[in-house]
Amino acid sequence: MDQGSAAGTGGTLISLSDSEQRCYSGLYALCQPDSSGKLAAGKVAELFRASQLPAETLHQVTEVCGAKRLGYFGCGQFYGALKLMAAAQAGLPVRLESIAGELPLPVFVGITNELEMRYPNQPLTNESQSHILGSVTGSAPRPPADRPVLRHPDTSMDKQEVWSPPQSPGISPPRSPSAYRSYPYGAQRNGTDTLLVYEAKVPGLPSVPQENSSPSHYSLRLQPEQPVITRVASVERLVERVEVDYSDDPWRITEEQREYYTIQFRSLQPDLSALIMGTVAKNFFTKSKLPILELSHIWELSDVDKDGALTFPEFCTAFHLIVARKNGYPLPETLPATLRPGFVEAAVVTAPPSEKIGSVDLQMTSRQGVTTKQEARDESRKPAEFSPKRIPEPHEKPTQHVSTLKPDSPQELDANMKSRTRPRSYSSTSIDDAMKKVEEPPTPPPRPQKTHSRASSLDLNKLFQQSGQGSRRSQHSLSAKSGWLPPPPALPPRPPATQIFSFIPGSEKSSQKVVQQPNFADFSKFREEETSVRGGLSTEDLTPPKLDSTVVHQGHAPQKPVRRKIHPESQSATPPSATPYSAATLTKSTQRPPPKQKREIQMAIRKNRETNAVLTRLNSELQQQLKVVHRERVTLESQLELLRPVAST
Amino acid sequence: MAVCIAVIAKENYPLYIRSVPTQGELKFHYTVHTSLDVVEEKISGVGKALADQRELYLGLLYPTEDYKVYGYMTNSKVKFVIVVDSSNTSLRDNEIRSMFRKLHNSFTDVMCNPFYNPGDPIQSKAFDSIVSTMMVQAF
Repeated sequence: MDQGSAAGTGGTLISLSDSEQRCYSGLYALCQPDSSGKLAAGKVAELFRASQLPAETLHQVTEVCGAKRLGYFGCGQFYGALKLMAAAQAGLPVRLESIAGELPLPVFVGITNELEMRYPNQPLTNESQSHILGSVTGSAPRPPADRPVLRHPDTSMDKQEVWSPPQSPGISPPRSPSAYRSYPYGAQRNGTDTLLVYEAKVPGLPSVPQENSSPSHYSLRLQPEQPVITRVASVERLVERVEVDYSDDPWRITEEQREYYTIQFRSLQPDLSALIMGTVAKNFFTKSKLPILELSHIWELSDVDKDGALTFPEFCTAFHLIVARKNGYPLPETLPATLRPGFVEAAVVTAPPSEKIGSVDLQMTSRQGVTTKQEARDESRKPAEFSPKRIPEPHEKPTQHVSTLKPDSPQELDANMKSRTRPRSYSSTSIDDAMKKVEEPPTPPPRPQKTHSRASSLDLNKLFQQSGQGSRRSQHSLSAKSGWLPPPPALPPRPPATQIFSFIPGSEKSSQKVVQQPNFADFSKFREEETSVRGGLSTEDLTPPKLDSTVVHQGHAPQKPVRRKIHPESQSATPPSATPYSAATLTKSTQRPPPKQKREIQMAIRKNRETNAVLTRLNSELQQQLKVVHRERVTLESQLELLRPVAST
Repeated sequence: MAVCIAVIAKENYPLYIRSVPTQGELKFHYTVHTSLDVVEEKISGVGKALADQRELYLGLLYPTEDYKVYGYMTNSKVKFVIVVDSSNTSLRDNEIRSMFRKLHNSFTDVMCNPFYNPGDPIQSKAFDSIVSTMMVQAF
């Protein structure tokens, strides 16, 4: 025993008195050592909690005794830890030196079954707590240097092994030396992994012991000592919740983990509701020294909206997956339910309410995958967790409310995510916006449209007539009307569009103008195409302008060539006739303002015919090319034939 | 259902190629390789029209007696090639189009991953799963 303890504590011989030995060995046995002498983490955690020492102290104990680095409690570590706890309970700082001397036995409250009551932490040593807090800050940076010689390369493996028996949580610590645990050990019980993760987050500790030089961002932990102290307070609350927050689920993010992630997120992006860009996140996560393939997979899992950036819940998910991976957990194929952004979102605390509602809404509305079990957990957790936090109530209510609405399976979540995210926007709309969006479709824009009812078109006409009469011959009438209608598309009518109509009666013309306005661009475009594709037609385009140079109405210009194209090829030969024809059709159409629908259909038909014409041209050209190629092929083959007999001889 | 699906980079090397294993992958690799010529032909043929009017779906590239090859080229000159069995006559053009659309979407997802360097072989599991849904189910 003694040599074990000696080895465990880095070579400093620790003498154990008889009583101590007896006590320790009893406790050691209680902690269910396995064949190699390692202790069941759960039991150890229970025991530690029973010591009624605050979280930080127990962390210190773990570090100093060497178990943290090793990842498990071996005999030596255990004994060292017990000694250190005794020292802590006596009010001494948790250092190796303190345990050199004779100390009273560590007190473990309620080593039998009555521990549940004890959970609310009665700090055994308030003064020692504050004292230890002081020493925590001092000693936190020390551990790396302080660390005894022992280094274990396979800590992650060991950790995995240790974590494998996820104890049934603090809720029912059987006759183990339980009573209390410290929070982190409580967290450990939460699924064992969380302790690991939490340990990773403890200031000054590398998350994976074997990589003491591990990612710089982990070592960032050295700086934010203050959160540790604040965390003690929150951690105390966690103790109360430790039963609620149990779950043997390594994929559940605990509060301290979340706080850590929040801090990290803030270091990358001060606004918690904003996104972290992909490259930034890439650099950050690359520091974790996982292989790129795994990081890529983690990204795929966590970026649920597939926008190439991480929101805060996505970031938490990704970080959590990385930590889990580093601790030896294999990566899941799909995102576990507890890591889905909805779930993560529900427990997010410190985000500003309004924007958070926005991003939450984004998640919420697509979060179909929250299982009922998860909801139950949510509900149970929420009341407990949220009270101490500074969450505004209204913020939480929507999340709670919405989360209860989702009984669907995770697959649906994916489907919904996928379908929603096709638009790939970075938007984080607020609930208000979402609601507005919903409201918008019912109120159609007051487009006086060329479609549908006669009534509307009649009104339109009246309006146009009014305005048309006001300013008939000016081109401003066009713009005036365009104020009404959806403004005509960008393409201006072409100059050759100066061909216009000799006729042009007043109001009818204006109404026509209006009607055709929306089609201006299309026609022009087609006209351009036509002119480019059909060289022949270009001349024709020019001739009509010359014909009618009297009145210049840009609005009608495109109409003319359109009209011409209605009879596509046949008309090409008769440009002069085209003009009177178009004039005639124009007059005809002017006389029939009401049937705007027919107009539209005619426009559409014209357009289609034009496209048809273009395509047929293309087709014919391609056919010609094909013929050419065929001929070439034939010639080449014949040449080949000629050569072959030559070659064979 | 396709028997072979390939993603080919702009420089005409494969980023991802996967075929139903029963039928000798080499043959499909060769087929996809030769189909690249046809793709080039189709693209150059439409060169007169404006680039933005070029449709991404190229349609049937060429049929052989055993199978048909369909092509699709994105605006960044990444080509998707699907080889389907000729005996599978029930596959309509729309279905092929939807397959290409799904491929394109998953490809975009892969691109969005900051850990993916364009030009690397595609090793995304999500992409693999999409492709699996489209391949002939192994019997």
